[in-house]
Amino acid sequence: MRRVCILLALLAAAGASARELRFCLRADPKTFNPLEVSEEPDEIIRYLTGGVLIRMNRLTQQLEGELAESWKVSATGRVDFKLRPGVRFSDGAPLTADDVVFTLRTLLDPASHSPAGDPFRVGKGTVTVSALGGSKVAVVFPTPIAGVERLFDQVVISNARALEKSTRPAEMPVLGPYRVAEYRAGSYVLLGRNPFYWKKDGKGRQLPYIDAIRLPIQQNRDLELLRFIGGDLDLINKMDADSFNRLAAKQPAAARNAGRSLESEQMWFNQVARAPMAAYKKEWFTSREFRRAVSLAINRADIARVVFKGRAAPALGPVSPANKFWFNAALKPEAYDPAAALDALARIGFHLDGAALRDRRGKAVEFSVITNSGNKARERIASMMQQDLARIGIRLNVVTLDFASLIERMTRTFDYESCLLGLVNVDLDPSAQMNIWLSSAANHPWNPGQPTPETAWEAEIDRLMRAQAREASPGRRKTAFDRVQEIVRDQAPVLYLVDKDSLSAISESLGNVSPAVLDPQTFWNIERLYFRAPASGSGR
Amino acid sequence: MKSLRRTALVLLAAIYLAGLSAAWLAPAGYANQFRESAGAPPSRAFLLGTDDLGRDSFSRLLYGSRLSLTLAPAAALLATLIAALVGITAGYAGGWIEICLMRVTDLFLSIPWLFLLLIVRAFLPLNVRPLESVAITFCLLGLLGWAGPARVLRSATHELKTEDYMVQARARGCRPLRLMLKHLLPNLEPIAAAQFWISVPIFILSEANLGFLGLGVAEPLPSWGNLLGGLQSMDAQSGPWRLAPLALLIVVMTCFHLVVPEENLSK
Repeated sequence: MRRVCILLALLAAAGASARELRFCLRADPKTFNPLEVSEEPDEIIRYLTGGVLIRMNRLTQQLEGELAESWKVSATGRVDFKLRPGVRFSDGAPLTADDVVFTLRTLLDPASHSPAGDPFRVGKGTVTVSALGGSKVAVVFPTPIAGVERLFDQVVISNARALEKSTRPAEMPVLGPYRVAEYRAGSYVLLGRNPFYWKKDGKGRQLPYIDAIRLPIQQNRDLELLRFIGGDLDLINKMDADSFNRLAAKQPAAARNAGRSLESEQMWFNQVARAPMAAYKKEWFTSREFRRAVSLAINRADIARVVFKGRAAPALGPVSPANKFWFNAALKPEAYDPAAALDALARIGFHLDGAALRDRRGKAVEFSVITNSGNKARERIASMMQQDLARIGIRLNVVTLDFASLIERMTRTFDYESCLLGLVNVDLDPSAQMNIWLSSAANHPWNPGQPTPETAWEAEIDRLMRAQAREASPGRRKTAFDRVQEIVRDQAPVLYLVDKDSLSAISESLGNVSPAVLDPQTFWNIERLYFRAPASGSGR
Repeated sequence: MKSLRRTALVLLAAIYLAGLSAAWLAPAGYANQFRESAGAPPSRAFLLGTDDLGRDSFSRLLYGSRLSLTLAPAAALLATLIAALVGITAGYAGGWIEICLMRVTDLFLSIPWLFLLLIVRAFLPLNVRPLESVAITFCLLGLLGWAGPARVLRSATHELKTEDYMVQARARGCRPLRLMLKHLLPNLEPIAAAQFWISVPIFILSEANLGFLGLGVAEPLPSWGNLLGGLQSMDAQSGPWRLAPLALLIVVMTCFHLVVPEENLSK
């Protein structure tokens, strides 16, 4: 009996010494049900534990088959999947076409309120899902959806047994590389290797390489950085420029910049006709020339250099160069030219009166910009714009508001003049941005919910966006969306300021890490990450 | 102790004078951004270095001192006056007047100010100039910060009311107004003064927090509140000169406490 105890103790010690990958969750997961995920911590768990039919390779931005060995999209709106043979859940049960049908039907059921199901319900009519026998599944959409395959990247295949156990995550069978081993609320989530994970490496070795992942729940980003520097964490995603520079000074090899991200900072003027605002200000804000002049007077290069310490670049338009396919490379950088701005303003009746700019009625040009309080970078951008605009005689009043008040003003009362905010394009495809570009959309930033387009150029954007959404040819879709980007640059309803860099911290002991601009930046290829042997540094 | 008090007084006067002379003493405007020198350490050009936007920290500290050292005490005075009016009246009058006034005070202490301030922000126009924002901020602080001191003054009034000299004065037919002005107020003055001095640093720091609701001193105007708020994002590797606003606040508050007779604070 005593020998058994010693053996067990030795085994436990060996287990404890096996190195876990560690990185932080910013909050407790709200759910472990993969179909109910809506917040970042839940998404991280879903990514690490879930199996999907098609996965977007975060580095190449191309779709790759995962649980689906192959798939075919027809012009009529039908997608046929052929499932990979021999795939099993973490409890050893085989994956069947019925599991896929169950998942998609649950997801599409309006009663399930699944956020991942919303993008599938864009057209009129219902989506039908059926098993075709063997390992084939067909999904039929009422109308064709351009780029529909990408939607399946967010759909974790599950089954009734798994969803029943989502409140007891340690018992929940999954198809991803890891399964939840333990969850301590407010403390950590521990993930263990899925013993039945289907993927193997080129040499036939079972993936994932790393046995366990510990996700401490840590909201404070300064503490997160200190823990990383102290060697207690292996990864940090989405770092801000200040923290990144601090890390680069201490551990240069650990600070990794993946280049331009999909995150940008932007400003727009309120063009809502019923907004409680003086008529002469509405006239300024609806004038293309006025908006273009303000854009010319903002020194974007300085914002990138001073606010983001060089970890950002002046934005060229609504799409970041990080979006490899959809970015319009023909767009040229916006010049910083206060003199040209004044000339443009003079052409529409504005004039300088001492240090103040006045419109043709003699009204001094003064307006406010609202932004969310607590975001230091944004407050600094606003201060810099204040000085830039003062050079052409415009007085800018900076107002920081709590986020709820900001959203209330932007979407309900429209009681604001201009707004400074950031935007992240999580989905690369323009069809996912219909709710922003269509003039009738609720999230159309500068003038939402228009019954009919109020300007000719907005009507043109509506037409192009609808055309690209119907079109199957990627080339023709790109041409249409390139034109949308050109119109937006020309009309300047939104002034795109800077595109931020994608910054992360990666422990030098980790191998196979290739940080990408898409989420989850550093661990998108989690199953292939490994710890280098301390001395050899050999690769896999 | 006397020499220490004199030194504190001189130091306080010097700081006040420097703040009031900011327009002449400051080497640069508080809003001027020297973007090529953002985050620079102290030098001949920038005595205390520059902030993250390249603004001269020394100039901002001078202008911030002028604003905070004038308006925080003004707001504290307003709060103390309201507190004295409510507290002394309640304590002296007693009965239903005391009950009513104390219920109002309790109500003020129990109101969730965050929501009330959000409502106030919603009613204020967005185009508020920096100087107007300063006036609004400190008026709000003065109008909202009286309830705590009012309770203290009411308790003190209660105690003093039953002191022998008060009983004797009343027995000799002293009128209530004279009793209040001649006997009660002089004895309450040290307590009111203590409440005033306590309120000053609280208001300076509260001003920084109001900025979170869009009610603080607006950019680019500096105040001790927003200068101290800037320390929240200070990197541990930043030079110690960035702590200058904190050091100045400590010096000023220490001086205040040394200038005020100790017995006043102990009461």
